[in-house]
This record gives sequence, structure tokens and C-alpha cells, in this order.
Amino acid sequence: MNYIPNLIFAFCFFFATFFFVRNIRKIYRNINLGIPINRSDNNKQRWIQMTKMAFGQSKMIDKPIVGLLHLIVYLGFIIINIELLEILTDGFLGTHRVFAPYLGGFYNFLIGSFEIFAFLVLISVIIFLVRRNVLNTRRFLNPEMKGWPKNDANIILYAEILLMSLFLTMNAADYWLQLNYDNSIYINVGYFPISQFLVPLFDNFEISSVVFVERTAWWLHIIGIFIFLNYLYYSKHLHILLAFPNTYFSNLNSLGKLSNLKSVTNEVKMMMDPNSDSFAQNSSNTDIDKFGASDVFDLNKIQLLNSYTCTECGRCTSECPANITGKKLSPRKIMMDTRDRLEEVGKNIDNNNGNFKPDGNELLNNRITAEELWACTSCNACVQACPLGIDPLSIIIDMRRYLVMEKSAAPSEINNMMNNIENNGAPWPFNQMDKLNWKNEL
Amino acid sequence: MKVLTISEMISLGKSPEIIFWVGCAGSFDERAKKITKAFVEILNKAQVSFAVLGNEEGCSGDPAKRAGNEFLFQMQAMTNIQVLNGYNIKKIVTSCPHCFNTLKNEYPDLGGNYDVIHHTQFINYLIKENKITIVGGSFKGKKITFHDPCYLGRANNIFEAPRELIKKLDAELVEMKSCKEKAMCCGAGGAQMFKESEPGNIDVNLERTSQAIETSAGIVASGCPFCNIMLNDGIKHYESENEIKIMDLAELVNQASKI
Ligand code: SF4
Ligand code: SF4
Repeated sequence: MNYIPNLIFAFCFFFATFFFVRNIRKIYRNINLGIPINRSDNNKQRWIQMTKMAFGQSKMIDKPIVGLLHLIVYLGFIIINIELLEILTDGFLGTHRVFAPYLGGFYNFLIGSFEIFAFLVLISVIIFLVRRNVLNTRRFLNPEMKGWPKNDANIILYAEILLMSLFLTMNAADYWLQLNYDNSIYINVGYFPISQFLVPLFDNFEISSVVFVERTAWWLHIIGIFIFLNYLYYSKHLHILLAFPNTYFSNLNSLGKLSNLKSVTNEVKMMMDPNSDSFAQNSSNTDIDKFGASDVFDLNKIQLLNSYTCTECGRCTSECPANITGKKLSPRKIMMDTRDRLEEVGKNIDNNNGNFKPDGNELLNNRITAEELWACTSCNACVQACPLGIDPLSIIIDMRRYLVMEKSAAPSEINNMMNNIENNGAPWPFNQMDKLNWKNEL
Repeated sequence: MKVLTISEMISLGKSPEIIFWVGCAGSFDERAKKITKAFVEILNKAQVSFAVLGNEEGCSGDPAKRAGNEFLFQMQAMTNIQVLNGYNIKKIVTSCPHCFNTLKNEYPDLGGNYDVIHHTQFINYLIKENKITIVGGSFKGKKITFHDPCYLGRANNIFEAPRELIKKLDAELVEMKSCKEKAMCCGAGGAQMFKESEPGNIDVNLERTSQAIETSAGIVASGCPFCNIMLNDGIKHYESENEIKIMDLAELVNQASKI
């Protein structure tokens, strides 16, 4: 027996897995550059949230047609990947449709469903391509979507078309052989509801050519999947994996609650009451906390996970009142900038034997400008819109904290407002003693 | 009209059922003061035992926190918490969603734990308890649209309390093209109220006001003094003051209620 195909297959498999695992570990390492944050509470509610948002895609219903198409592609992805089990087994053992004899009629049913899904996915993906490239959907046209992000989205869609076509071609050739070639390999295993329509294409072919087509499609399909697996890391498509941890760990509090800065609490307590125990706590604490965030190291792990999970769909940006009214702020760009900076930092670490070498760049200014940050109304529309439970607002607030508390770099009217609060107990220049004057007007 | 401060009340040997947290806009802004007065009238009609903090009430710290000044926020918050805890306050009603959100969600981490209620919720409660009655008619058949304040709606999931009030007014509730979870901001939050906007095509409040105008409702109801100010500016900009009124639900209910 000839073992060369098995060996080639095993080599491809391990090669693909090796690089995939390497990339996942990189992501894990980069996310861990962030500040720890405790999200181990409320396990039950977190499971429910993940089930609803990631498995159930609950927020995708907001746009029903697109939501349905996305659901088809997603279900197709999961269901057709069951077939991958057989393909991998065949690849390693050198068998052909190894499960067919064991599953009998059920096998026919399974392959039939895979084919129907493959066909539906094909149609959905073509609609997506048209929508992205012909229909001028506004949220795909923002400045941050030029260049790689646009190509990335299209590459994935083309890849999907290619994979589905290869899958159906492979089945069509196989079915033709099952019907026309009497041997022990290509035994009849089912009806092939979609690819049977492609069978007449092979009618004038030699048997050997059809075998060649079937084998080629089989190999290209599985190699395509291996490439896809490794492409994920470079793509917005990482969300098919990270959606699960991201929705699990996402915020369960009311959206209106902003995080409390503990380090500030200690200092404020000390100022208000120098005898309090936080004084003792604080003086023993030698490293001085940096307030707010100017770079990815100052963000927390969930915010960094958010940035890798973002699928650049722009649902956040198309609901953002600042963006709608033509301001530079785009919550999607906040997430993409954070991820791109994190990647830059990760590469820097790779190139410097595991240590970050200061590169004179930061997330603030080099990527996200103060103008963007100050345009936010903290309305939470972006957080509400995100189908993946991402929170761009928390990053905006952390960066404002840095601007204000570390750099005293607020717009002058904001400084006036803060001075008023400090001196008068109100954001306007009125005296706190006059706070009840309205009573006299009753 | 009876408005006592908490210290006055205590010196009378009484303790109030609720504290009415007025907020800075409600205390100082000319337009917002009318909302404060309307709500106080409702409280009086319903004979609710309430007190205000008067000049012991400081800014909740919301604009400072959202501008990124956590120091100033926490100083404000802790000062307010000292006052509130000093008076042993349990229940706070406020007509400002920003104060509402901050007191409810952000004070507990700093040692301030209160039952915080928005005035639209409280008015609903008063109606249900028959403490006030709406005399129908004056709004019958009128179209009212509701602008969801971000800090009441999305931030705290209160969408129905204000809408119930509109229905109780016997008015026809019409929704804007973006409402509830997807409602567009008026443009005031996140300390925007206090600064010029960044360069763009249009101001946020004008965009939102035109959505309100599209509904052809005669009244835009809201439950936030800041939204009220922003939308009023919008109406003035579009010179539609005669066709549309921006009203707080406290004002509408006060107009239509008796004891
Ligand atoms: S919270 Fe800020 S970034 Fe998010 S939608 Fe509102 S204005 Fe835009
Ligand atoms: S943050 Fe969420 S809504 Fe915004 S682009 Fe990313 S995935 Fe889409």
C-alpha cells in the first residue's frame, strides 16, 4: 500500500495545527499584557449571556435580513465542519468516506444536510459580497475601513465561496463515480441533493479524470480549511472563536456604571481623613499608579480581548451620535486601533526576546486622538449595538482619565466646569449657598 | 407650597419618607427649574413626606467622572455620601437621570447605598397608589413622542415608566425613528453639555430634534433636564417653538393631575 498521501496529509495537519496554536498563544500572551480584572463572578449569568449572544446571536436580529444570512453562514460553518471529522479520519487512514458503511441511511441524511447548508451559505456569501461592494452600505465606507480591513472582509467571502464550491464539486465527482464506476471505493452512499445537479458536467469524462477531479477537490478543500484556520489570526474573523470568551466575560452591570478607580479612592480617603487606614495602606504601596490609559498596557485584559474580538462590522459606529453627525470619533476605530497597537506591541516583544522595547509610540495620539475622545457623549449606543458584547466606551473613558488626571489636558471649557464643581459644588458658576433659591420662586 | 430641607425637618422632629435630589440643572437652570417646581407640586398634591438637601446637596460628580476626572468625582461623591449617611437617608428620588445613575450605580462602591428612584417611576407609583389622579381630557388625542434619556434608558433599562405616564395622560404615544434601546442621544452626556462640540456636519441635538420633528408630535416629552435643554435649543434653531413643546413628564402630569 502507498502511504505517501497519508504522510503528506499528516504533515499538512500538524503544520497547520502548529501555526494555529502558536498564533493562539500569541493572542493569549498579548491579552495578558493588560491589567487583571475580576470577572469570575456570576458564573450562571455569564453562561446564559454567552449562550444567548454567541450561540444564539441574539443581537443579530436587530437587522433581520442580514441577521438571517449571518445565521445561515454560522450554522453552515458549524454543521459542515462535522464533515471535517470524516475528512480528517480519511486523510490519516487513507480511507474513503469511512463513516458511510457504519451510518447507512443516516449518512445519506447528514451529507444531504451538509450540501443544503453549503448551497445556502454560498448564496448568503454572494449576497454579502454584493452588499459590501456594490450597495454602498454606509457602515462599510468609514475611513477606518479602507485598505486591509476591506480586503480582509472580501478575502474571507471569496474563500468561503471557494471552499463551498470545492465541497460540492468533490461530492459531484464522487457521486458520478458512485453511479458509473463499479468498484469498492466509490460505493453508493446517498442522493447528494445539491451536487447531483453538477453530475452531468462529467458525462463525457474518462473515469480516471473524474477520480482526478474528486481527489483534487478533496485535497484543495482540506488544505483550504487549514489555510483558513491560520488566516483567522490576521483577520476580523477571529470573532468566530473569541465571541465565546468575549461574551462570557463581558460586563453584566448596568451600562451606566463606569468603573471605580480604587487607587483614586485611597488617595481621596487620605485627603478627606488623613488618619484613615488607607493612609497606612497607601504609604506602604511603593509603585505609584498611573491614572487612566495612554497605551495598551494600561487597559484591562477584557478590553484587550474586546479588541481582538471586534469583527469590524460597524454596528457601533452607525449608532454613534458623534459619528452620525460627522465627528471623527468612531467606536469601531477605537477597537481597531487598540488591536493594531496591541499587535504592534506583540511583534515588538517577539523581536526583542520576549521583552517590550519602548518604541516611542502609544495608543494615544499615535492612533487615537484627543479630538476623537472628547467627542463622545458616553451614551452607550455603541455598547448596546455590539453583537459581541464589546465596550468601546470604557476605553474612551480610561483614555480621558489619562488626559485629565495625568496630563491636565482637558478642553478649557471642561476645565472651567471642573473648577466650578470643585469650588461651587455645581458645574456652573453659581454659589452652592443659592442652591435652594428656586424655592422662593414657587 | 411646602419645601423643607432635611435639617429643617429634623429640627421639627420629623424624618422624611424620601429625599428629593434636585440636581444642579434643576436648581440653577431657568428651564430646568420649572421641572423641579412641577415635581414639587406633584409631591405636595400627593402629600408625600419629602425633604431636599438644599445647600448641602453638591454636584453628584457625573460630569466630572465622565470627563475623566475620577478624583473630583470621588471627592464630590464622598462628600455627598457623608451628608446622606449623616442623615441616615434610605430613599432618594431624583428628576435627573445623570444623578440617578451616579447615585444608584456608582455611589455603592464608595459606601453610599440607597434606594434610588427616578421621578417618572415615582410618579407612576403615586398614580397607582391613588395619591394623585390624572384628570383626562387635556391631552386627549394629542400626539406625544418620548425622547429616551441615555442615562435612564440604555444605562438603566427604564423604558416603560415614562411611556406608561404618557398613556395615562390619554395621549397618543408616537415613537421616533430611533427609540428605546436604540434611541439617539441628545448630545449633552459625557460632559458634552459644558463644551463646544468637535468639528462635524451638525450638532447632535439638532439631529435628534429633527427626528422629533419628523414624528409631527406636538409635545416631546422627556425625563431629563439636560435633554430638555438640548432639545429646546434644537427647537429654537428650527424655529418650531410654536408647533412643538419640549416638556418634562413631571410638568405634563402636574398639568393634568389633581389630588
Ligand atoms: S458612547 Fe461615545 S463612542 Fe459610544 S456611541 Fe455614544 S458617543 Fe459614540
Ligand atoms: S465593536 Fe462590536 S459593533 Fe463595533 S465594529 Fe466591533 S464587533 Fe462591530
